[in-house]
Amino acid sequence: MSKLKPGDLAAIAEKSRRTMLLREGTARAKVIVHMGTCGIAAGARNVMKAIAEEMETRDVQDVIVTISSCAGLCSREPMLTVELEDQPAVKYVDMTPEKAKRVFADHVLGGRIVTEYALAAGSERTL
Amino acid sequence: MAYRVNAMICTCTNCISNGSLAVKDALEEEIKKLGLEEDVAVVPTGAGGLCVRGPILVVQPDGIFYEKLSPKDAPRLVEEHFLKGRPVQSLMHTPPGEEGPIPELRSIPFFKDQRLVALRNRGMIDPDKIDEYIARDGYKALAKALGAMTPQEVIDEVKASGLRGRGGAGFSTGRKWESRARMEGTPKYLVCNADEGDPGAFMDRSIIEADPHSIIEGMAIGAYAVGASHGYVYVRMEYPLAVERMGRAIEQAREYGLLGEDVFGSGFDFDLEIFRGAGAFVCGETTALVASIEGRAPEPRQRPPRTALWGKPTVINNVETWANVPAIVNWGAKWFADMGTEKSKGTKVFSVAGNIVNAGLVEVPMGITLREIVYDIGGGIPNGKKLKAVQTGGPSGGFIPASLLDLPVDFERLQEAGAIMGSGGMIVIDEDSCIVDVAKYFLAFTNDESCGKCTSCREGSEALYLILDRISKGQGQEGDVELLEELGEAVRDASLCGLGQSLPNPVLSAVTHFRDEFEAHIRDKVCPGGVCKALFQYEIDEAKCTRCGLCKKSCSYGAVEGERKSVHRVLAERCSKCGACYEVCPADAVVKVPVGKREALATTA
Repeated sequence: MSKLKPGDLAAIAEKSRRTMLLREGTARAKVIVHMGTCGIAAGARNVMKAIAEEMETRDVQDVIVTISSCAGLCSREPMLTVELEDQPAVKYVDMTPEKAKRVFADHVLGGRIVTEYALAAGSERTL
Repeated sequence: MAYRVNAMICTCTNCISNGSLAVKDALEEEIKKLGLEEDVAVVPTGAGGLCVRGPILVVQPDGIFYEKLSPKDAPRLVEEHFLKGRPVQSLMHTPPGEEGPIPELRSIPFFKDQRLVALRNRGMIDPDKIDEYIARDGYKALAKALGAMTPQEVIDEVKASGLRGRGGAGFSTGRKWESRARMEGTPKYLVCNADEGDPGAFMDRSIIEADPHSIIEGMAIGAYAVGASHGYVYVRMEYPLAVERMGRAIEQAREYGLLGEDVFGSGFDFDLEIFRGAGAFVCGETTALVASIEGRAPEPRQRPPRTALWGKPTVINNVETWANVPAIVNWGAKWFADMGTEKSKGTKVFSVAGNIVNAGLVEVPMGITLREIVYDIGGGIPNGKKLKAVQTGGPSGGFIPASLLDLPVDFERLQEAGAIMGSGGMIVIDEDSCIVDVAKYFLAFTNDESCGKCTSCREGSEALYLILDRISKGQGQEGDVELLEELGEAVRDASLCGLGQSLPNPVLSAVTHFRDEFEAHIRDKVCPGGVCKALFQYEIDEAKCTRCGLCKKSCSYGAVEGERKSVHRVLAERCSKCGACYEVCPADAVVKVPVGKREALATTA
C-alpha cells in the first residue's frame, strides 16, 4: 500500500461511501451486526452465523453483511441494523438466530420491516 | 431579530455529498427573490436525521421534515411553504396524519438527548476498516493540522475548546499539552490511558471497540502539537476485543503512512504501540502506569516531579479525551465550546448500569441533569421501584442521592455534591439496595487493589472495610459513623496517589447523604434496603401462603418445612438466606422480617 498524501483522503472517502451508503448500485441492502463486547456476550456471533448461513443457502449476492460496534443500548443486544437502498436504517433489538433469519427473509429480501422486533428507524445525532 | 421561519438544512457529510449545499444556495436565492430575507433564515446544521435520505431540511417551528431535496424543488418549497404557509406534502418524509410503521430513532428517548462526538462513529462503521473511518471525515483533522496549522495553533485550538481530561481529573488538555511542548528533552512520549478499571464502567472499551482510529488520529495530532515521536496505548488484557481492534487499526494506519515516518509526506514522524496491562486498578494512576510501561512494579510515587516516561516529557490523556481531539480540529474550538456549561465544555460519555431500564453507553452534552440521564435516556428504574442514589465515578466517586438529581453534569457541580464526574461510570441504585452494602463493596475493591506502598491507603482501606462490614452484620457501635468520617478524611489527606486519596469517597458521601441508613443498621439493627443478610429473616406470611410448596422445592438447605396443602415455615437455624424461596413464591408470601424489629416486637408483647 502506498503512503497517503492529504489529497488522497477524499478519493478513499468517496469510494467507501459508495458501499457504506449503498449508492451507485454496489448492493441493494446492508446488514450490520453490532459486535462490541456487549453484543458478542449476548450472542451476536450466533446471529452473524445465522445471517451468513442465509446468505449462503439463498445464494444472495447483492447484500453487504458487515460488523460494527455497540450501538449504545447494551441491554437490548444483540442488535442488527438493516438498511435498504433509499430507506432509513432500521435497528432491531434482542436478536436471536431465529429472529435474525426472519428479519433477513422479510426485511432484507422482502422489503417489509419486521415491526415486532424493530426498535426504530434512522440514525443518531452526531457532532 | 427573530425569524418567522427557520429552515434548517443539514450539512452533514452525507447530505453534502447528496448536494445539500446546492439546495441551500437555491433556497437562499428564492427567498431573496420573494423578499423573504427578514422572515426566513436558512440555517446549516449537523446531521438532522435520516441522512441516507438527504439532503434533509427541517422547517421550524412547524417541525416539518423534507427529504431528498434538489435545487429544482426550491422555488415551489419557498413559495408554497415559506410564503403561503402550505407545506409541500410530496417532499415530506411522513405526511401528516400518517405514522410510519416504526418510530424514528431520534424520537425515542434513549437516543433523543444524546449527542455523539467522541462516539461519532459508533455503530456506523466497521472498526476494522480504515476506509470507513476515512469516509466519515477520518484523518482529515490530522491532514489539516500537519498541512495548515503550526503546533502552537493546534495547542491554542484545543485550549480554546475548553476540553478537559475525561479520565476524571478534568485538567485542561490544551494546558497540559502546552507545558509538555515547552519542556526540554527528547524523545517526548504520548500515552493513551485505557486502563479502565472501575467496576461498572465501560466507556473506554466501547470507544476503542467502536472507533480505534479516532484515538490514533487524536494522538497523532497531539504528537504533532507537543513534538512527541512515540506513543503507547495502555490497555488492559481483560479487553481482548479492544486490544485486537486497536492492533489492527495501528497496522492499517501504518500501511497508509498515517503512522510511522513522514506522515502524509509532511516530514512529521510518529509511531504508536499497544502496551497490554495486567489489570491492576492502580495502573490507571499515571505514575504507576508509567512504572508499568518501564517494567517496574506499578507503584505510584509522589508528584512533583511530573509523570515522565523514561524520564522524558510525557502527555497522558484518557481514551475519550483523545477521541475528542480530531473533532475539535475539524470543526473548531468554538463549535466544541458551544456545547456544555461555562467550565465544562463538550459532551461526556457515560456507561449507565445498575437498576436501570436502558443500560448502555450514552454520550450527552455537559450540563444535562442526572434526572434526564436516569429517567429520560435511561428509561427509569425497572419494576416501578424508587431511585435511591446514583453512584458516579466508581470506587473513587460518590453517591448522589435522589434529592440531588437535578444537578447538572459538570466537573465543579458534581464535586460540590461530594461526588466526582469520574471517567463516566454511572451506577443507578434503587430502593431495594443498601448503601452500606454498596460502600462496603467498593471498599473491598479498593482494599484489594491498593498497591500497598503507603500505609494510609493499605491499612486505611482495610479498616474502613472492617467497620462497614461489622455495621452490615448488625455489630455496628455508636460512634462508628464518626469513626468512618475521621478515618476517611485521614486516608484522603495522607495517601500518596489518587487511588488512596479518593477511596474514602464512597464512604464519606454515603455517610453525608445516607446517615439515617447507617443509623438504622447500627441502632435499630435494620437494613432498610433488605440486603444485609444478618439483619433480616425470611418468614412465610400465613395469610398469603397458598400452600403450593414451591418454596420448599426451591430450598437447597432443607430450611422450609411443611407438607403440601399446609402452611409452610422457614427454619431460621438452617436458612442460608439465599433468597431462592423469596424469588420463587408466586403469592409474595415469603417476606423479609427485620431481626431487630422482631426482637423489639417480642419485647413489647
